[in-house]
Amino acid sequence: MQLTGAQILIRCLEKLGVDCIFGIPGGVILPTFDVLYDSKIKFILNRHEQGATHMADGYARATGRTGVCMVTSGPGATNTVTGLATAAMDSVPLVCITGQVATSAIGSDAFQEADIVGITRSVTKHNYLIKDARDIARIVCEAFYIASTGRPGPVLIDFPVDVSRAVVDFEFPEKVYIRSYQPVAEPDIRDVKKAAALIMKSKRPCLYVGGGAIASNAADEVRELVQKTGIPVTTTILGLGIFPEDHPLALRMLGMHGSVYANYAVQQCDLLIAVGARFDDRVTGKIDQFAPYAKIVHIDIDPASIAKTVKVDVSVLGNVKDVLRELNKHVRDKRKATQTWLNTIQEWKKKHPLRYNESSHDILQQYVIEKVGELTKHKAVVVTGVGQHQMWTAQWYQFARPRSMITSGGLGTMGFGFPAAIGAQFGRPKDTVVCFDGDGSFQMTMSEFATAAFHKVPVKVFILDNGFYGMVRQWQELFYRKRYSASDLDRANPDFVKIAGSYGVLGLRVTKKAEVVPAIKKALKHRGPVLVHVRVSRENNVFPMVPVGHALDQVMDMA
Amino acid sequence: MKHTISALVENHFGVLARIAGLFSARGFNIDSLAVGETEDPTVSRMTIVAQGDDRVLDQIIKQLDKLVDVIKVIDLKPGQLIERELVLIKARATSETRSDVMQIVNTFRAKIVDVSPDSLTIEVTGGESKVDAMLELLRPFGILEVVRTGSIAISRKSVLNAHSNDPASKNFKDRRVGARRKTDKEGKEKLRQSGEGRRKLD
Repeated sequence: MQLTGAQILIRCLEKLGVDCIFGIPGGVILPTFDVLYDSKIKFILNRHEQGATHMADGYARATGRTGVCMVTSGPGATNTVTGLATAAMDSVPLVCITGQVATSAIGSDAFQEADIVGITRSVTKHNYLIKDARDIARIVCEAFYIASTGRPGPVLIDFPVDVSRAVVDFEFPEKVYIRSYQPVAEPDIRDVKKAAALIMKSKRPCLYVGGGAIASNAADEVRELVQKTGIPVTTTILGLGIFPEDHPLALRMLGMHGSVYANYAVQQCDLLIAVGARFDDRVTGKIDQFAPYAKIVHIDIDPASIAKTVKVDVSVLGNVKDVLRELNKHVRDKRKATQTWLNTIQEWKKKHPLRYNESSHDILQQYVIEKVGELTKHKAVVVTGVGQHQMWTAQWYQFARPRSMITSGGLGTMGFGFPAAIGAQFGRPKDTVVCFDGDGSFQMTMSEFATAAFHKVPVKVFILDNGFYGMVRQWQELFYRKRYSASDLDRANPDFVKIAGSYGVLGLRVTKKAEVVPAIKKALKHRGPVLVHVRVSRENNVFPMVPVGHALDQVMDMA
Repeated sequence: MKHTISALVENHFGVLARIAGLFSARGFNIDSLAVGETEDPTVSRMTIVAQGDDRVLDQIIKQLDKLVDVIKVIDLKPGQLIERELVLIKARATSETRSDVMQIVNTFRAKIVDVSPDSLTIEVTGGESKVDAMLELLRPFGILEVVRTGSIAISRKSVLNAHSNDPASKNFKDRRVGARRKTDKEGKEKLRQSGEGRRKLD
């Protein structure tokens, strides 16, 4: 069958089961958009390419399927860089198709030309420049295979305009085989047994679960492991939801803004079992004082993650789900042997709970998040921007389900929240999607209002407006003698409710504490997109906090 | 410490940039890099010599192995590799000094490939220390130009090609881990059998 390159590309996407694409058209990608016009694939038009990548990212994290975005060459392509880097850091499967000038013009500084393959080399898992239309089908299939297998990540396909116009024979490859990429290793039973032996021997074990467990859909296996053995479990920010946080064995999040008891548990344990987590510096604190008494078991799919920052005693390479399934066969109930340890943890929990000043007259961010948690029964898909509100969301929403916390953990991309929430809603149309955002974060991508309004995406956006780049201000208060250099936004912040109104989106304003709960209820009931502008306490700080360069048990807590 | 890394890669565009990028992103200089086709024309072999902190280099090698275009990577341990470099040296040689220079050339079993009234062009092959020693001796006469290919290296014991399954290569990609340990032992067995005798040959 003879088809144009553009037809082949879209045909492949259809065959691969892509149901929606995010993006913006432009000159050299026009032949492809022309074919897309007749396709059953839904195209969601954005207002900025960064928004398109975050939307595809939110879609992917909410569903586990590969998110797809398509943009034009040059500035369209360079605008995707932040979104690709965000996805790469958090191992999110993404395929980004960029238009490119004709192959004969590449390298000539043609109009809207950028060497996007060169630019994105270090922020993608892999990238391709298609130079021959006969390679399109193979490359597209490979891209989806690479993005979604092993440790997932973004893959970029650069698609020159002449290749999209060329007419060649089309045959859809039934199988993908890349000799230099065979990502799925079966776990070594001997390693699993070694890990199990360490677990059975330990007196003070602690599980530390990250995003890898969610990426491999291992919530059931994690829960089985915890329930079977009685080992307490803490999660990274990307691991939130893998284990219900109201469970007595849940230690909640660890790290810089983790719970005191999670951090104490990690520092005091004699065995730390890391599951799909990568010992990020925000998690470990001062690395040479991290978990000083612990042997470390590391379960991960990525060999390069193992022993990258900490020394590991037993490593098990493989898909977290497979490894845990095997591991669960070799472990037994440990509650008796660890009784003293579990009691100590319960004491820490009593002594150092997460807390805030509930009697405050100002609206505290924690209060809003806690109430949204209660009113959504902890079942919403929660998406955040980056900063203080993100940390408070991690602390106070109380997650119960996997894929319910969508946040830029590794790169810390402000502006991620709003578009990612829209993408998540496209992926899970039946679920409630809540976006907590800061006034600073939200303004970085609020152009996507148009996308939400046009498609009537019923996301509930809560802007916790303190008129500051709040986390920057907090650091300036604590470490820079309250010199608030370039962190005050208040004087130039817009009227967010009016902005919502101008797009035809319902906007609610909350300035008093008594208005919080009614506004949340109203927002959750509303059938379209809602923006709730909450004027919160200006100088509220995120605690507990482990300052940079300190060990995890050197915690600053609220007075 | 100096590392000699041998990588089998897909023979197509962009691969070199990916590999170089892993070094440059960490501020590591590549001392030398030699690339060429292997017995299988779809596969190229790169020999990379770099120095730096062992932990960082270990991380680079793991990252190299993760690259989709990289088929296999091996960090060749000193003493386990045969290393060669081809160097062309244009040395000053007047009628008075020519015979002295030629004596050095002969001592190092090098070759003179071009002669002009005031210079000689010398071709020498060898390991790093041999080449360095020769350059040292030629320096007093005046070295006008040096062109080095960069090291190429091959392992004494193991066979590294796109189809081999050698335990020494850091190849996690097709690792069926159950079998790995066994081949590890076999590898050691082979190592013992190969013995010292073979090592003396070069």
